[in-house]
Amino acid sequence: MTDFSRMGVAAIRDGVAKGEFKAVEVAEALNTRVANAKALNAFIVETPETALEAAAAVDADRAAGKPLGKMAGVPIGMKDLFCTEGVQTTAASHILEGFVPTYESTVSANLWKAGAGMLGKLNLDQFAMGSSNETSYFGNVISPWRRNDGGNAALAPGGSSGGSSSAIAARLCPAATGTDTGGSIRQPAAFTGISGIKPTYGRCSRWGIVAFASSLDQAGPMARDVRDCAIMLEAMAGFDPKDSTSLDLPVPAWESGLNSDLKGKRIGIPREYRLDGIDEDIAAMWDNGIAWLKDAGADVVDISLPHTKYALPAYYIIAPAEASSNLARYDGVRFGLRDLPDGSGLQDMYAATRAAGFGAEVRRRIMIGTYVLSAGFYDAYYTQAQKVRALIARDFEQAWASCDLILAPTAPSAAFGLGEKTSDPLSMYLNDVFAVPASLAGLPAMSVPGGLSKDGLPLGLQIIGKALDEQAVLNAGLAIEERSGFTAEAGEWW
Amino acid sequence: MSVDKDTVNKIARLSRIAISDAEADKMVGELNGILAWVEQLGEVDVTGVEPMTAVIPNKLRLRDDVVTDGDVREKVLANAPAREGSFFGVPKVIE
Repeated sequence: MTDFSRMGVAAIRDGVAKGEFKAVEVAEALNTRVANAKALNAFIVETPETALEAAAAVDADRAAGKPLGKMAGVPIGMKDLFCTEGVQTTAASHILEGFVPTYESTVSANLWKAGAGMLGKLNLDQFAMGSSNETSYFGNVISPWRRNDGGNAALAPGGSSGGSSSAIAARLCPAATGTDTGGSIRQPAAFTGISGIKPTYGRCSRWGIVAFASSLDQAGPMARDVRDCAIMLEAMAGFDPKDSTSLDLPVPAWESGLNSDLKGKRIGIPREYRLDGIDEDIAAMWDNGIAWLKDAGADVVDISLPHTKYALPAYYIIAPAEASSNLARYDGVRFGLRDLPDGSGLQDMYAATRAAGFGAEVRRRIMIGTYVLSAGFYDAYYTQAQKVRALIARDFEQAWASCDLILAPTAPSAAFGLGEKTSDPLSMYLNDVFAVPASLAGLPAMSVPGGLSKDGLPLGLQIIGKALDEQAVLNAGLAIEERSGFTAEAGEWW
Repeated sequence: MSVDKDTVNKIARLSRIAISDAEADKMVGELNGILAWVEQLGEVDVTGVEPMTAVIPNKLRLRDDVVTDGDVREKVLANAPAREGSFFGVPKVIE
């Protein structure tokens, strides 16, 4: 019998199109895998009926000889940050528990139009704020990976798209949506040995995605290989008049444009990313990545991104500032939780609702954001951070004079254990040191598996490209994938 | 710059988040840790640099001045925690 859990997006789509199996068979098999993997806590809500209905519609279209979409018959996981009509959408927060949207996000609607089906809503860090999926109101997501030391320490699947990464690595679904504000697609992909791409800011509509930091938020696909990411990104992307920052550009044919011959491409290696005390495994993986890209025909050049060290502090002013503004909408009046202590007035209701509804990390970020935007501090913090952000973007612009792509590690370490970094917010923030600069500059960036650590855990290589050049990023990702020989997968202990 | 407990309470009020005395004490240390760390941005020479307003050059579109939605009252009210008829219910504001 065909093991559908081992098939990716392309294999399922092609098999359904050729009639080798029915979309409904795939949906049934993956529904069962999802139902049997509760120990990972990857899903907040499971929607097996929705997956079956979408699959049946694809089977009916095929039987009727109708053209099939780019994702026809492929069941996916939907990060619970995308509003789905009629299905609870929480952003993993208590304040939105029970919220059932009356509308569909543009990106999820695009995927359903392309023939994909929904297995369920995936857990995440609360409001996408976190790098380990430990801030969810609905509990930690557990990575399917374990260290090879014989211990059973529960590891972080990365964040904020930790339900997505865990579910894909555990082969519960071939692909899932992610969103990336400061690394939330790439870092979880790196931690779990899968691939994920954050496209250029504006490629995917933000409409219907629960907002965190609007100048940074960007949706993208996560999957087990580069081709699958290309297919799914094509289905997700596209101009949307409902998002004022949506790019009014045609969606390139990224899948058919895949080409791992990198002859003539110049790959920049940013010297500022080689931090003092860099993890040995990470340094070795990076060197391997350089060798693989050379083997694919690329020229490797040394580059400088001088403001790199300021990216994280700038991010931790800008993102909380935007979050404090975006999350002002949770007032206990129009939707979501309401906490109205006896005899209290409107102001007390706001304060009680938000104290009860937001988790500790969300409250912390709202308060930082409120502070840096407050009278007397705005210029010193927020304006200064936006100026530094302009310099970070300029660093990249200047680098493109001597290279076409940048290769760096995705994260400074392999996955850490749950609970290891929760006591110190700063040490958690530092995990995004390599991911945040591309977010601040709005550039496309991808993580692909680059090897294993000494502990047997996956490590990710990051490719950053010029604005709108997702194709070059995907091609370099493919060149790495073809050479890395990464076939490791998590043992099925759950 | 660093914050004291009074400032933390003021930020919490501005944020419309109720915090207890113990939480305020804890928050003083956490916020000061983060603020001390972001302070390093002050060392960057930003002479002549305009603050970023858009990461990818894009012009704001104007759409046609026509009604494109409406007549969705039930949808708008569907998730209200305390609906009253066709209104959002709130505690009494004016005495």
